[in-house]
Amino acid sequence: MFNLKELYLAKNLNDAYDTLVSSKNNCVIGGGMWLKMSNRAINRGIDLSNLNLNKIIEDDDKFIIGSMTSLRDIENSKELNLEFHGYFKKFLKGIVGTQFRNTATIGGSVYSKFGFSDISTGLLGLDTYVELFRGGIVSLEEFNKMEWKKDILVNIIIYKNKNLKAEYESLRLSKTDLPLINVAVSYDKKLKKFNIVVGARPNLSKRAVKASEIISENYNYIDKGLDLISNELDFGKNMRGSKEYREESSKILVKRCILKIMEDSYENKGMDK
Amino acid sequence: MKIKVWINNKLFEDVIEDDTLLIDYIRTKGYKSVKRGCETSNCGLCTVWLDEKPVLSCSVLAIRANNKRVLTIEGLENEAKEFTDFLAKEGAEQCGFCSPGFVMNVLAMVKELDDFSEENIKEYLSGNLCRCTGYMGQLRAIKKYLKLKGEL
Repeated sequence: MFNLKELYLAKNLNDAYDTLVSSKNNCVIGGGMWLKMSNRAINRGIDLSNLNLNKIIEDDDKFIIGSMTSLRDIENSKELNLEFHGYFKKFLKGIVGTQFRNTATIGGSVYSKFGFSDISTGLLGLDTYVELFRGGIVSLEEFNKMEWKKDILVNIIIYKNKNLKAEYESLRLSKTDLPLINVAVSYDKKLKKFNIVVGARPNLSKRAVKASEIISENYNYIDKGLDLISNELDFGKNMRGSKEYREESSKILVKRCILKIMEDSYENKGMDK
Repeated sequence: MKIKVWINNKLFEDVIEDDTLLIDYIRTKGYKSVKRGCETSNCGLCTVWLDEKPVLSCSVLAIRANNKRVLTIEGLENEAKEFTDFLAKEGAEQCGFCSPGFVMNVLAMVKELDDFSEENIKEYLSGNLCRCTGYMGQLRAIKKYLKLKGEL
């Protein structure tokens, strides 16, 4: 458990940012679920609870999700699940348990850039942006690549796309454990483009750009495309699985997602399961 | 910091350290049903309701419960007994250590869900670990309880 001198309720975003940068040992506390596992000494923990950031706002072309919104509220959001055909439930339901997701926040999950993140992988499957107080609006992909710098994550922005179909799969040693590999695949029916994301490799989620291109070019090249994933992304080992196991299982999960999206079957394609 | 919390409809006002966890605060008030089973926010034993939502009290700072209402199994005695009778009848209660947290989450589920398919039940309760009785007995008890409630 971390050691905290003071939990500071920020009055506004300016106040939160100024407090954050005023000392090396000040940090924002989101849900605090992972932070709790550390033994950090925190001077001022900044609480954004009073800044009205626990809401999902829908407008014509996008959803704006406040950083303090709980994972459970997102998972249960009728609007989000209607727009993306239940996709949010698919990638959030495996995270520990209902009680955990009632407290864990989307901002804390995204800002922390966890290597095992289901959320980061799931969100990269969509057209997702991160709104930072100082850094402005950047794509989630860009944010994941950015060097770590103190900032306040204000909102997660997700653009609507009626032509998009997205699927999510993960592999876990037991159902509520951290994933040992997770993948998201989306397909834009109009542009005829696949977008393949692989996370928990065990590194932070990334797009498999070349594999996505090959399979978008010709759906029959699916196996050729899958083989490219392990070349272009960095896989590694940890206590949950070896590098080779992750490489092989990621192919299978991506293939399952693609077949689901195309409403195709293994039998039809004459492929190995 | 000074906090004001209703635990089981009783008002408590205290000055506490900012890093006090909700579980430790509740236990000092005598509600010993709330237990720590894992230290990694995984087991669900410490489940309480915070403003009607089930949360892990081992992972919530007590000051975040300021001006809010906490319910533990001690505050839901009648509802809990109704369900635990089914647990006992199904032989789904061995050591009983995980039961308070489990019961709190079952009661939250009955309030929150509309569709009680087996898959939905399992999904809702997946964050409640039990290491001795086993889940089949619990599931039988839940289904019989839901029938009594007219939900199944």
